[in-house]
Amino acid sequence: MVVLVVLLGVLVVSFFRAQVVRGSSWALQSDSNRLRVLQIPAPRGTVFDRYGRIIADNVPSYSISLFPAPPDSIRSTLDRLQPLLELSPERIETLLEEARVNRRQPLLVTGNADYEAIAAVEERRAEFPGVFLEMRPRRRYLGGAALGHALGYVGEVSAAELESPLFEEYEQGMIVGKEGLERQYEHLLQGGQGIRYVEVDAVGRVVGSFEGQAAAPAVPGDELFLNLDLELMEFIHEIFPEDMRGAVVALNVEDGGVLALYSAPTFDPNDFVGGISRTLWEELNQDPSRPLYNRAAVGRYPPASTWKLATAAIGLELGVVEPDELMPTACYGSYTYQGVTRRCWRADGHGHQNMAGAIGHSCNVWFYQLGLRIGLERLVDEGTRLGFGEECGIDLPRETAGTFPESLDWWQRVFNYRPFENEVMALSIGQGPNDQTPLKMAQFYLALGRDGSAPSPQLIRSFESNPDTDWRLDLEESSLEALRDGLRHVTAPGGTAFLASLEHWDMIGKTGTAQGSPSQERAHAWFAGMAGPWDEDPEIVVVVLVEEGESGSAMAAPIASKAADFHLRRKYGMEVDTIQTLGEHLRTGTPAPWARWN
Amino acid sequence: MVALALGLSLFGVAMIYSAGVLNVPSPITEGAWRRQFLWLAVSLVAFVVISRVRAGWIEWIAYPTYGAAVILLAATLVVGTGAGTAEGVGRWIAVGPVRFQPAEFAKLAAVLGLARFLSSRDGSPESLKDLVAPATLMGLPLVLVMLQPDLGTALAFVGILFAGLYWAGTPPLLLFLLASPGIALILAFSTMVWSAYFVGLIVLIYLFRYRLYLAESVGILLANLAAGTVANPLWGQLADYQKNRLLVFLDPGMDPRGAGWNLIQSKVAIGSGGLTGKGFTQGTQKRLDFLPEQHTDFIFSVIGEELGFIGSVLVVLGFGFLLFRLVRMAEAVDDPFAGLVLFGIFGAWLVHIFINIGMTIGLVPITGIPLPFLSYGGTFLLTCWAFTALAVRLAQED
Repeated sequence: MVVLVVLLGVLVVSFFRAQVVRGSSWALQSDSNRLRVLQIPAPRGTVFDRYGRIIADNVPSYSISLFPAPPDSIRSTLDRLQPLLELSPERIETLLEEARVNRRQPLLVTGNADYEAIAAVEERRAEFPGVFLEMRPRRRYLGGAALGHALGYVGEVSAAELESPLFEEYEQGMIVGKEGLERQYEHLLQGGQGIRYVEVDAVGRVVGSFEGQAAAPAVPGDELFLNLDLELMEFIHEIFPEDMRGAVVALNVEDGGVLALYSAPTFDPNDFVGGISRTLWEELNQDPSRPLYNRAAVGRYPPASTWKLATAAIGLELGVVEPDELMPTACYGSYTYQGVTRRCWRADGHGHQNMAGAIGHSCNVWFYQLGLRIGLERLVDEGTRLGFGEECGIDLPRETAGTFPESLDWWQRVFNYRPFENEVMALSIGQGPNDQTPLKMAQFYLALGRDGSAPSPQLIRSFESNPDTDWRLDLEESSLEALRDGLRHVTAPGGTAFLASLEHWDMIGKTGTAQGSPSQERAHAWFAGMAGPWDEDPEIVVVVLVEEGESGSAMAAPIASKAADFHLRRKYGMEVDTIQTLGEHLRTGTPAPWARWN
Repeated sequence: MVALALGLSLFGVAMIYSAGVLNVPSPITEGAWRRQFLWLAVSLVAFVVISRVRAGWIEWIAYPTYGAAVILLAATLVVGTGAGTAEGVGRWIAVGPVRFQPAEFAKLAAVLGLARFLSSRDGSPESLKDLVAPATLMGLPLVLVMLQPDLGTALAFVGILFAGLYWAGTPPLLLFLLASPGIALILAFSTMVWSAYFVGLIVLIYLFRYRLYLAESVGILLANLAAGTVANPLWGQLADYQKNRLLVFLDPGMDPRGAGWNLIQSKVAIGSGGLTGKGFTQGTQKRLDFLPEQHTDFIFSVIGEELGFIGSVLVVLGFGFLLFRLVRMAEAVDDPFAGLVLFGIFGAWLVHIFINIGMTIGLVPITGIPLPFLSYGGTFLLTCWAFTALAVRLAQED
């Protein structure tokens, strides 16, 4: 009897202890048993172009993830998912590796499951314990390949990224910007993940709704308003010669905003959303034309004759030349200094000419003499001051600085010899140790189109340009006008790019044909210029580079003209014609009564 | 008593129904309550039949029943099959479509056999020698059940033995000495503790030396010594799941998703029930399949989770009253056989109830032992009702 009372008493006491005294802590444990915290991915911020057109937004898509589980069980689940999702054996191995590294995080199997796959999994939910489906916002790029290099792309945050301080508060499975603007403004675009609870049973199956209870809603990422013009980018993508490599940069003269930043060949960022396929990734990486390489901001090329404007600007700045001044030696096809003879591109010479004429004809002999007047040291110092050895500071994660000697020691350091004074001849015509990105050349021409100053080109509109990074040419307005007048000679009758002239706009600029490395079969074609309504200030600066395009005037200049024409016509509410340049009029036999023939 | 048993049985059916209410229904648990209800009907018929049998006839049939039970148990070892959640072990014998557990029947037989044996002797056992025969009588089915292996049911035989011996008037000291090798076996996990216990045992035997024969004393000590020595090799002989159950009893966190799972989840279920519980069929631990064996051995965890402390205590009090009634009835009868049977039933149920409820809350190691009247299981319910019928019948006889 006593035994009975004692034993039952013990039971009652222990129940009292468990249920009444410690009940709340057990209740907590019961909740943590059955409730799983899931993140609600935030939609990335929408990106708008300068006219308010959407260039990147989000559409709903379904992702399939697995709750953390032992490797064997993950493997068997993946094997069973394989026929439904068409997972490759390599993909399964990658996923298993990910699951091994991050055992406590849900494993994202696919971020872009089609509706049939979702339906198939949902139908057989009992067969897939630990599998959960969720709706995720999926990035959509409306500009497609035209904006590939500017926008970049998104992808799942990598293990290496997670370890970097930049991604301190990120978690596995999150979608982050990998390149381009998506990377640059990742922290604005990301938004804040929400939190929700789903009820799961002992084997990890989600019971009840996949939506669960939202404890905190996701906060969408910030919207970005860009200086880019979606339609201009698409137009450039369309007119850029197929199978050619190169870049186009267009800047808005007023504020230095980037109207277009295009690199060919390009890629479609939509292919990266939800995980790029391995074959496509390998294809992009192994393609000898390097479609993932942003030639506009990262590619460096000898600027050739487009750099003659820098020599002229420096000469004017230092006061060693007057715009109307004729150089003492007329061009007879070559010039000799200290026993070194350098030729002009035109063997029979250009004769006597002033600065505008020298620019218009791209006369090397005139620029050799100007260079010698400036002197090697001063040219190097001024060129460095103008930033030819620096980055522009564009808001992109990657940009390369130009190669330019910052002092005479540079030769010693790099080539291990003291430079001869005659090196200045090569430098003054854009040759020698001088490589620039198309973006940098655009920034320089921007200064020419403005008052001599040029802010950092910015893709995003809402950002104030930083005056500290501005540099300026110390030139009188009259000197700038003289330089622009020189550029006008280029597209005037007899100029190298006359055929690129336009009906409605004062298209001015400089061609360049760069003999680069010995591996290069043909010369790179450059055109750097600007356009605006007749007798008014320029409004758009365009730089075009076509790798191995052979001729600046035939290859690069028409692209720049057409892009400028497209932009200005739309800006002024005019219809855009497919026949734009004088060359096109002549080729198609369309009358061009506006053309200036002399 | 009958009303209480019926109440508990119906409550059991209700809880088994609740145990089947899962978010992802399982065919095993979903219809269990219907089958249990059917078995309850069968049990009631059996109750009516048995409670009409003459008491003398019951006494007469005791030995044959015991013999039959032992034979059945031996047969189970050869032709037994698994079932339900206990698929891996051969505890059932199938006769046509009906499957039953001979071990349950053996409990009944053991109570009768032991009662018959003890009541046929003159006076109470005075020495250890007198205990050898009854211990062997219980030991035989116990060993056979252990071989299945079914540790929980085996413990019931220990309960029956000690209850019977106690009721027969065995001095508590002798009972303790009889149990001492078993205690030694348990304490052998620590040499220190075992040594202390062994010294204490020697002192005890010395103090009561005039009550014992020398040979007995030496025998007890040797048995204890042997138990302490074989404990480790015996440990190695245990099935892995048995070892794990004992280890996690000491430390459930050792293997929270494996062997410790049952215990942890059961404690979470009961604890989270709080004072008033989560409501009938509303238990989340059960509903989301965290609770194992929720309709059989861990039915009490469902009660604790859904009905809270109040429900749990009411059930414990119900069982307490049932057991109390048995003791009262045993005290009331004049016939020693009847008293022994009643108290034997008390012993068997006490072991079942305490170990089953105790394991759900971590007081005793997990052994697969059902809760009378409440746990799902046809043979077991039938046995419980057979016990009830016997108790009622024998108590009426006077």
